[in-house]
Amino acid sequence: MDFRDTPEEASFRARLRDWLRHNLPAGWEEREPKAGRSDEAEARAWSRKLYEAGYAGLTWPKRYGGGGAPYTFQAILLEELARAEAPDHLNIIGLGMAGPTLMAHGTEAQKARHLEPILSTEQIFCQGFSEPGAGSDLASLRTRAVRDGDGFVLDGQKVWSSFAHVADWCILLARTNPEAPKHRGLTFFLVDMHAPGVEVRPLRQLTGDPEFNEIFLTGVRVPAGQVVGEVDGGWAVAMTTLLHERGTLGFALTTRLEVLLRKLVALARAPDGSGQRPADDPLVRDRIARQWVELQGLRFTNYRALTSLVRSGVPGPEGSVAKLHWSESNQRLTKLALELLGPEAQLDGDGAVWNGYWQYQQLRSRGNTIEAGTSEVLRNIIAERVVGLPRSR
Amino acid sequence: MDFAFSEEQEMLRASARGFLTAEYPLERVAALADGEPGWDPSSWARLAGLGWLGLSVAEDRGGAGASLVDEAVLFEETGRALYPGPFLATVGLALPALQAAAKTVPEALSAVLAGERSATLAWAEPDGPRTIAESGRAGCAAARDGGGWRLTGTKRLVPDLAIADDAVVVARAGSPDDRPREPAPDAGDGVSGGQRPGAAVGDPARVGLWLVDLGAEGAAVVSRSTMDGTRRLGDLVLDATPATELVAPGEAAPVLAATRLRALAAVACEAVGVAERARGFAVEYAGQREQFGRLIGSYQAVSHRIADAYVATELARSLAYWAAWCVASDDEQAPAACAAAKSAAGEAAVLAAENAIQCMGGIGFTWDHPLHRLYKRAQWIDAFEGHGAAHRRELATALLDG
Repeated sequence: MDFRDTPEEASFRARLRDWLRHNLPAGWEEREPKAGRSDEAEARAWSRKLYEAGYAGLTWPKRYGGGGAPYTFQAILLEELARAEAPDHLNIIGLGMAGPTLMAHGTEAQKARHLEPILSTEQIFCQGFSEPGAGSDLASLRTRAVRDGDGFVLDGQKVWSSFAHVADWCILLARTNPEAPKHRGLTFFLVDMHAPGVEVRPLRQLTGDPEFNEIFLTGVRVPAGQVVGEVDGGWAVAMTTLLHERGTLGFALTTRLEVLLRKLVALARAPDGSGQRPADDPLVRDRIARQWVELQGLRFTNYRALTSLVRSGVPGPEGSVAKLHWSESNQRLTKLALELLGPEAQLDGDGAVWNGYWQYQQLRSRGNTIEAGTSEVLRNIIAERVVGLPRSR
Repeated sequence: MDFAFSEEQEMLRASARGFLTAEYPLERVAALADGEPGWDPSSWARLAGLGWLGLSVAEDRGGAGASLVDEAVLFEETGRALYPGPFLATVGLALPALQAAAKTVPEALSAVLAGERSATLAWAEPDGPRTIAESGRAGCAAARDGGGWRLTGTKRLVPDLAIADDAVVVARAGSPDDRPREPAPDAGDGVSGGQRPGAAVGDPARVGLWLVDLGAEGAAVVSRSTMDGTRRLGDLVLDATPATELVAPGEAAPVLAATRLRALAAVACEAVGVAERARGFAVEYAGQREQFGRLIGSYQAVSHRIADAYVATELARSLAYWAAWCVASDDEQAPAACAAAKSAAGEAAVLAAENAIQCMGGIGFTWDHPLHRLYKRAQWIDAFEGHGAAHRRELATALLDG
């Protein structure tokens, strides 16, 4: 047990910090926080820079264009990027989900066609799993894929697809065998988002942002070479994807929470209109200290998860624990920020404190307990697969 | 960055669990706790034989030269087993003072390492300090008597007082009349604010540490009826009781600060063991008990409660191990890590036990089921050195007033 960086880790971190200082847009550290996500052009340019510096696909094998670095380096990368509040990567689904899935289940031709372009952001990926009638019960999805000559024809509708409006490719689950039990009739496809019959419509969230989309598939032809894994064997492939979704993301999320807590502390220390510091209220003090404790609990649970990933090669149950707790902790923190703003909290946009930064963060946080596994599903996973309780269904 | 126990530490865990499961199943712990003297005194020499008592003591002093990270495994396992003996009192609370006196009073340390004697720490007083952090306000008086010392005063709520052989007593050199009634305005006590966590403990002037043989004449041990029967508390009434100086007057503050951090990390680990054991009962019961034709563990109202206890316990586990590592590595984050670990782990243990009681229905509410004993230990841990809010108060000071 040792929580310090090894000499190699420390020098990687130092190089990375130096690189960030020189490559983030000028005045990045001094800029005022604002509402919303980083904009698309900024994200695209930033993704390119990361690729050119070798930070995209850091842990991917060198033969796929990756950096061949250990998982600990990836954790450091995610921590430092989040700490610097760097723009988002435009291809997180490609890097975090599609890529690892292809490395595990893809054919050589698929790997050659997609992996390097994922790293360079030439191929942006989105995910087509959820449907209007299939959310937590993903295996009940109804998008059909019917065999037609040397390929399949897809018809159906996908929903909650982030990045679909800019994506070139989609990792998509469709039903190839309606007769089989629901988990056994699914196939995992790579769908070209520019193919005829694919239509993307933005969905506006309660924040006002159209962060995700609906995807309508009407007679979309997909060649057999774009099936990942076995026909009707898509469920196992999709599980790999979801495992990776929660695998390393924890570091980025937890460090973002650290950044938010730093801002919350600054907010609490600043005197309000009547000259009072919220930080002098014992109830506020207790809640902020509790957030700090929760943050450290998450941080070290991530480290524990990382160690078990390094040792066993498979993400352990800590990932579900961390995601569940992070989402709820983030909701509490952002709500506390609005409380500290008092009646001012009602204002967003221009003229609001930090142009509505906290309002956006608070509203966006409500999605955290729904996306990437609802808190209810995560509690089921913990109850049934981790502590060994009987199945609820 | 490596957050795992070593192979040796995992072997230690396996052997500790094997020993405690075989020798101290909870039925036996319950029988011991409900009888006298409340523990199995023959276990002490066996713990010494297993090398548990001197694990973190340097090899040249007769120990194994390991660290609090190794001991963390033992605190967790003894917590899980509710081992009813003065292990935490001796190794978690008294050992730093005995180590500080390793040169001047080597026999005190060697008697513990040999399993011949056990010890506890007496810090609290009526109308005086309640926590180790406040123990600089100790009013118990130490007076010179020829070449030795005599202590006069009352110490309260001393863990395992009736079964320990010796007590390390926090006292003040001087006569009983000049005890401080109130803490000096600037003297932060580490709990009520005014300083960074664990920076110093109380007002250091003239406070020292003495060893009192609990069998000595003038040492009156008053056993108190204690909620947690596996860790009974007692009051120690001293009346010109002979005592041996361990840490000289004026020099106790750093030893008490180190004792406090070590103890916080140790009880946090113990809490993780308690929480895990309590959850185990809930899982076992919910996986067997049927109502309305289904196993009750398949109802999410039941299973999600248990999942929440698991989450709280795993977060506490991460914090407790981090705190133990920080203390063992003398890391500057140790005070904050210990405050975080203690507050989270104490509350996690209480939550896990309360959720288990709820999930087990009437069974978990009976005296016969051992669950209440875990619950009561969890409550001792939660109260030790102040409940969670007291530790968060410290953390808030560091976060918001620096």
